[in-house]
Amino acid sequence: MTDVLHAVNVTKRFGGLLAVHDVEFTIPEGAIVSLIGPNGAGKTTFFNIIAGIYDPTAGEIRFRGKRMIARSRRAWLEPLLWVVPALAVALTTVLVGEAGASDIVIALGIFFTVIALMIVMVVGVARPPAYADFLTRFGVFRSARPNDMVVAGLGRTFQNIRLFANMSALDNVLVGMHSRLKATWLDALLSTPRDRREEAEARARAMQLLDLAGLRKRAHETAKNLPYGDQRRLEIARALASNPVLLLLDEPTAGMNPRETADLTKLIGRLRTELGLTILLIEHDMRVVMGISDRVTVLDHGERIAEGTPDEVRRDPKVIEAYLGTPAA
Amino acid sequence: MIASSVTTPRTRSGLNRSARIIGFAVGAIVVYVVLLWLALQVVDGFAPERALPVAIQQTINALSIGAIYALIALGYTMVYGIIELINFAHGDVFMIGAFLAVVLTGGIFGQTGGVKDVPFLALLLLVALLFVMPLTGGLNVFIERVFYRPFRHASRLAPLITAVGVSFILQNLALLVAGSGDRAAPQIFPLDWQIPFGGAEISVLSIFIFALALVLMLLLQTFVNRTRLGRAMRATAQDQQAASLMGVDLNQTIALTFLLGGALAGAAGVVWGLRFGFVRQDLGFNAGLKAFTSAVLGGIGNISGAVLGGFIIGFIENFASSLGFSRWSEFLVFMVLTLVLIFRPTGILGQQLGDRA
Repeated sequence: MTDVLHAVNVTKRFGGLLAVHDVEFTIPEGAIVSLIGPNGAGKTTFFNIIAGIYDPTAGEIRFRGKRMIARSRRAWLEPLLWVVPALAVALTTVLVGEAGASDIVIALGIFFTVIALMIVMVVGVARPPAYADFLTRFGVFRSARPNDMVVAGLGRTFQNIRLFANMSALDNVLVGMHSRLKATWLDALLSTPRDRREEAEARARAMQLLDLAGLRKRAHETAKNLPYGDQRRLEIARALASNPVLLLLDEPTAGMNPRETADLTKLIGRLRTELGLTILLIEHDMRVVMGISDRVTVLDHGERIAEGTPDEVRRDPKVIEAYLGTPAA
Repeated sequence: MIASSVTTPRTRSGLNRSARIIGFAVGAIVVYVVLLWLALQVVDGFAPERALPVAIQQTINALSIGAIYALIALGYTMVYGIIELINFAHGDVFMIGAFLAVVLTGGIFGQTGGVKDVPFLALLLLVALLFVMPLTGGLNVFIERVFYRPFRHASRLAPLITAVGVSFILQNLALLVAGSGDRAAPQIFPLDWQIPFGGAEISVLSIFIFALALVLMLLLQTFVNRTRLGRAMRATAQDQQAASLMGVDLNQTIALTFLLGGALAGAAGVVWGLRFGFVRQDLGFNAGLKAFTSAVLGGIGNISGAVLGGFIIGFIENFASSLGFSRWSEFLVFMVLTLVLIFRPTGILGQQLGDRA
């Protein structure tokens, strides 16, 4: 089995606080891996590094074999690259002006300088793949942002529900699909056939996902008006909308009763068998963790103190110590 | 069967909603006409049958000036909705748009007055819009990229002060290039095209401005509500980080918001020159202030609110000037703003966050 995700010696420092220290971590394809640890152990920080919210202080994250997250290198080169074309045009204008060109030519030169600056700027904002390749050739490495990770195949849910509260359930799922749709703003403004077909397909698929989450009938309801359990399942439907390879679930059973928890555990199992997803779970409910995980990793004080099958971890003296404290000597 | 059960309620409520909005708009306009009709009789001593045409003529003018404010206000409100920044430079982007339109129609096409040839006029207006709107939109994206993005994670005051600075930069650039004082703008839309109406004359230009603004606003509304990128904008306005973690590229979405806002301000700049016949480097301050007031009045961050606020301000100004109290128009505008904010601190539509950019 290949690894979907490989965290290599990841360290994160916030000022004097060492939140995550030198953590080595892998998620094999198709596995359900849990990350546990006492409060303040650095689980959420680690999660956020994987999701692309924080850049690590040291180490890197490889996702499906590709280095995605690490400290950026030569990032200062990029702004310089934008101004180069504009500077070239401006310089030419100055030289031509010195040589005694007419005012019209100089005015045109200024105009083209502005145009050049704007075009490069728009390209820099839109970041087409060719532009990214161009940057890589200069040795510029830009750490992946959350949206880049989603494009690469990472989906996630949140510990506290973070739906787009004022949008309908359907729109929430469609936002989740955003990175998989291709229509540009030009398509959208002109309402081209391609755009309309894509929108129709996206809506059909969103309805399927809502169906999976048992929310088909509530598709047009505003998310904030949905009951708690529905909101949780809507979050999962939204996370699935981007066709992820790896799904990060941050305390998915928080606030659920035992019955809902059991249902959700089953759903997580189904996601693996039916959709072939790899799952990383942060969870406090040990029954859930021990019941469905293939591997469990334990963090404490930002360090990995144990890793193995649920049984191995349960018997590990270090884990017992971290959770229960040192026995009085 | 399933598909229809899903789609029907949506279409029905959608129709209801547009019908309600149109009904409200028509009602408000009729109320204004009646109000002005009565006021003209009481204050200026017009005879009733003479006052009505004047009232209608003035209402059309009010709609056109309100449309200009609304177009600019949309830029303020969308930017606020998405990054909670009051973009003080927005009024000056509008001013640059007005200057660019003058450069194109007066400088490049060499027009000075009304163009009676309808196809040529339509072509000129189209070219002017297609020239100015992308440029002001691009300028706005440029401003965001260079001046605001570095401050995205700083305190909210830092980009605010920067915005004031950018406003000064743009004004002084215009001053440097065009000099101080009014510059004539070619009014290529013939001013003497008027529809005689019971002793008063209704300006075709005003109708044109109103219609153009309406088309642009409808396009914007469709874009924001119906398309992938519009959805991304709404999601970003509600929760930036969650949107980003769902795969929305924040930089692109924010840039797109500035692009749309700048383009609408550019359109407002084009019609400004047509209507008022002059441009000046401090244009952006005055018009920008009114438009900003519109956005706040309607509930800043709310697209429909900005449009509503723009028209309200247009009506108030027009009311004052029709009755011969032009000097009092600003007093009235800000008094209404103050009163509204005392009773509804979030603006008229401020509670409806669902319509946020």
